[in-house]
Amino acid sequence: MGVEQKLGNLGMVTSRLEEAVNWSRTRAMWPMLFGLACCAIEMMSAQAAEYDMSRFGMELMRPSPRQSDLMIVAGRVSRKMAPVLRRLYDQMPDPKWVIAMGDCASCGGVFNNYAIVQGVDEVVPVDVYVAGCPPRPEALIHGILTLHDKVRGEKIKDWA
Amino acid sequence: MDVVDQAVEALRAQMRDAIPAVESFRGETTVVVRREAIGQACRILRDDPSLSFNLLAALTAVDYWPEEPRFAVVYELYSIGHQAFLRLRAPLSGSGAEIPSIESIFPNANWHEREVFDMFGITFTGNSDLRRILMPFDWVGHPLRKDYPLGYEEVQFSFNHEEIDRRKPYARE
Repeated sequence: MGVEQKLGNLGMVTSRLEEAVNWSRTRAMWPMLFGLACCAIEMMSAQAAEYDMSRFGMELMRPSPRQSDLMIVAGRVSRKMAPVLRRLYDQMPDPKWVIAMGDCASCGGVFNNYAIVQGVDEVVPVDVYVAGCPPRPEALIHGILTLHDKVRGEKIKDWA
Repeated sequence: MDVVDQAVEALRAQMRDAIPAVESFRGETTVVVRREAIGQACRILRDDPSLSFNLLAALTAVDYWPEEPRFAVVYELYSIGHQAFLRLRAPLSGSGAEIPSIESIFPNANWHEREVFDMFGITFTGNSDLRRILMPFDWVGHPLRKDYPLGYEEVQFSFNHEEIDRRKPYARE
């Protein structure tokens, strides 16, 4: 009673299961912050009022890997930090994605030396690389939207 | 006579043999101390009430490789009461890079000495906890030594992208 009158003649929406699942995954992709250096400042800025990543369902940047879907590695990863990074990645529940934000996380950046991992893809599988030193919030948001495109293209036969 | 000159005089009076040189550069005084006397020098500077250099502001080292003596351990002391800095420098040879710890005099030297040990491989005899502090515990070598390789990796450009891609250790799920 009542709700039909408000909604009108809504009828029925049909979709494929994988599209519905992928849509829901992109609309509430909770990120795990992994701010390690100056990129983290831009990540905070992307989260804050002016750029507002919660437009994409990312309300919470949480330091808790077991409740998150997306790891944003923002900054340079030292060789001492690499095992920690991998451990936190392993704690995240499937499905999970990784964005390497900035040049340092993507390829070592200007720190081509013994102390820094030359690209975080040596430690965790990376889905999207965001270039820039540091990338502006727009670039990070573009990286997230690129990841959304990738997730929307995932096939149900690959999930098993 | 300011407190730094007084300190130099006090050190000269009490341990002349252990002080090969006193250097002054742009208003900063550095006392070169033999390594076995570093504890005595710190104790004099801390305990003399007219000096009271009661803060170890910094403890670090320099690698002059390939010169000899190769290392110098540098102690930056500060007198809170007199607001004056005094620097001690202890040269060490490369083969026996060992110096007595001053942890019993300035407790904060513990971590400083661990850092110098980690980065330069200088052994501080008497330090209660001489482990690595910055690098992973299983690290081999001491990175701030001049003869330590930088660990440069070949940079991926468009002309060698494929070739480096093949041997790069990518992580799997």
